[in-house]
Amino acid sequence: MVERKIVDPEYLLHKAPREKKFLIGNEAVAEAVRRANIDIVVAYPITPQSEATHIVGDLYAQGYIKDYYRGEDEFAVMSAIAGASMGGARTFTATSGPGTLRAFEMFPTWAGARLPVVCAFMCRGVNSPLSIQPDNIEIGWLMDTGMLIFHAEDPQDFFDMTLIAYLVAEQPDVHLPVGVCVDGFFVTHTREIVELPPENEIFPPYNPHLSPVPIMDMETPPIRQMRDPFVMKSNYISYNTHASWQQEVRAASIRARKHITRYLGSAVEVTYPEANILLIASGTAAAQARVAMEQARQEGVDVGLVKIKVLRPFPEAEIIELAQSPERIIVPEHNITGWLAREIKSRIKDSGKVEGGPRVFGGMTMPPKIIFDKIKQNGRMM
Amino acid sequence: MKKGITTISPAFEDIMPEEYRQLVAEGPFGKDLGLGDLGTFKELIEEHPLCAGCGLALGIRLIIASLPAPENTIVVGTTGCSAILFPQLAMHNIHSLFGNQSAIATGLSRALRLRYPDQPKDVVVIAGDGGIGDIGFSFTMQAWFRNEKFTTIMLDNEGYSNTGGQESGMTRQGIALNMAPTGKKYPKLPMVELAKTAGCAYVAAVNPSLARRLGKMVRRAVLVAREIGSTYIQVMVPCPTNYKFSPSETLKQAKALNPQPIEYISAEAEQLLKEAEK
Repeated sequence: MVERKIVDPEYLLHKAPREKKFLIGNEAVAEAVRRANIDIVVAYPITPQSEATHIVGDLYAQGYIKDYYRGEDEFAVMSAIAGASMGGARTFTATSGPGTLRAFEMFPTWAGARLPVVCAFMCRGVNSPLSIQPDNIEIGWLMDTGMLIFHAEDPQDFFDMTLIAYLVAEQPDVHLPVGVCVDGFFVTHTREIVELPPENEIFPPYNPHLSPVPIMDMETPPIRQMRDPFVMKSNYISYNTHASWQQEVRAASIRARKHITRYLGSAVEVTYPEANILLIASGTAAAQARVAMEQARQEGVDVGLVKIKVLRPFPEAEIIELAQSPERIIVPEHNITGWLAREIKSRIKDSGKVEGGPRVFGGMTMPPKIIFDKIKQNGRMM
Repeated sequence: MKKGITTISPAFEDIMPEEYRQLVAEGPFGKDLGLGDLGTFKELIEEHPLCAGCGLALGIRLIIASLPAPENTIVVGTTGCSAILFPQLAMHNIHSLFGNQSAIATGLSRALRLRYPDQPKDVVVIAGDGGIGDIGFSFTMQAWFRNEKFTTIMLDNEGYSNTGGQESGMTRQGIALNMAPTGKKYPKLPMVELAKTAGCAYVAAVNPSLARRLGKMVRRAVLVAREIGSTYIQVMVPCPTNYKFSPSETLKQAKALNPQPIEYISAEAEQLLKEAEK
C-alpha cells in the first residue's frame, strides 16, 4: 500500500493533476473505491460486475479497505451493507441484473433508513430466458426506490460519479443511498482512456456524527421510539407518520440537486440545444446517439443531443425547458420498457413529439446507424 | 456509551417524560445488574402491547435484564411479535426486514468493531422461530459458518403468531395450524444441533421458568460472542393466543415442552468463561 494522504474532496475531483490510464469500467470504479476511504465492502459474484469487486478485494488485501468479505447472496449483501452503514461505516458494493432483483427489498429500505450507501449497478438482462448480456431494464425499477440514481456513459464517468456519489450521499440534508449505474459490458469490459488523480490522495473518512438519524452504536440516548408501534395502529397518526417519512425521503432527494450541481456540474449535458430534432439519452445510448448526431449534422440535418447524467432526482426543469423548441424528440434506449421515454413524456407538455426508441435489449448493441435512420425518418416527418 | 450521554439538560428536565427521567436516575446502564436485581431498577422495557400470558414478552424481559452490558448492546430484531415490543425498548435496536437480521447484524458488528476497537459493543439478534428457522434460515446458518461475533436468540413459540397463527418449521409434527390444515408433515427443525454443527462456540436451550438459568446463559452467550464467535440460545416461549391455552398456563406449557435445559460450550469458550466467572 502506498502512503496515503487525506485531501479536500473538491480538490481531488476538480483540481488534482490527472494522469491518463487505459482502463475498463470495472477497473475505473475500483480506482474510485481506492480513493474513497471506504471502511467495509461486501461482495457477491455476478457477471458483469464480479471483476470490479475482485479488484476491490485486492485493495482490501493491500490495506486500502478495512473490512471485506463475500456474502451469501445479494439480499444478504445489501442487508449487511445496511447493518454496516447503520453502525457508522462508509460502505461499497456492486451488483447486476438478477442480483439487483434478488436484493430489491433492501433498496427502499436503505432510502427509508437514510443510509448514505453507494452501490454500483453494472446493468444486465434479467430472466427469462437467461441472459448475462447488456440491458439496463433494472434502472427503470430502481428509479422508484427513493435512491438517487446516476447513469454513467463510460469508464471516466463511472470513476467520477462513484466518488461524487459519496459526497452527495453523505450531505446531512441528503443522507440517501446512491446507485451509480452503467450498461454492463459496454462500460464494464470496454477499455478507454480514463484520467485519474494521484492514487495516494484520498477522501476524508465518513463522519457518522453528521447523520440526520441516530447511528446504531449506543452512543446517543436510546430513547424509546414510540409508545405503541405504528404497525399496530390503524389511525391517522400512524398513516401520517409513514406518509410524511416517505415525503421527506423525496424531499431529501430534491435537496440533493444543489450538491449534484456543485460536484457534477449539471444533471444534463447539452449539445446544440436549439436543434429541430433533439436526441435525449443516458448511459451508452448517449454515446451512440452522439455518433449518430455527428453523422446526421454532416448531412445537414439539424439535430442536437441531451445526455442525462442523473435520473433521480430527475432533471425535470431542464428537460421541460429543452423540450420546448425542437419539433421532434428521439429517445434511444438499451431496454424494452422505454423507461426514459416514459419519464420524459410524463413531464413535458407536448408528449406527442417524443419518439420512444430505437430500443435494443437482450444483449444487442445499438449501432449508431439505427439512431441515424430514426433521425432521418423524423426529419422527413417535419 | 460515554458517561453522561443520557443526562438531561436542566432546561428540559421538566418536559422530559417521566419514564425517561426514571431511566436516567434508576436505569441499569453501567451498573452491572442482572436478573437477581429485577424489581430494584428501572427496566429497559416500558410496558408492551403483546397478548396476556405471552411467553415471548416474558422471555424478552428476562433476556434484556440479563445482558452483561446493556449500555453497549445493540439489538437486531426482525418482523414478528417481538418487533411490536422492540420500539418500546430503551436501547438502540434495528428492525430492518423479515429474515435478514443475521446479515444486518454481520455488517453492524463488523462496523462497530472497526469504530470501537477498544470498547466492546455487543450485537444480539433476538427474533422469532419463523424469522430465524424459516425465512432467515440461510442468513442465520451462513453467519454461523463465518463465525460472526454476535449472539442469536430465538424466541420459539412454534409458529407465526403475529400473522395469525401459521405453522412454522419449528412447529412440532402433526400439529394443525393455519397453512397446515391437516397437521404439520415434518418434524421440528433441529436448530440446536444445527448451531453446533455450524460451529457455534456456545449453544443453549431453555424455558423461561428457569429464569436464573436463562440469565446465566444470556450472559455467557454474549461474552463468548464478544471474544470468540457465534453463539445461539433457543428460548421456549409458548403462545396462548394461537395454541389456544389459558394465558395463566404459559409457564406450565413451556416447562412441558422444554423440561431439560441444554448447554453446549466449546473448549475455547469453556476456558474463557472460567476466567470470566472466577
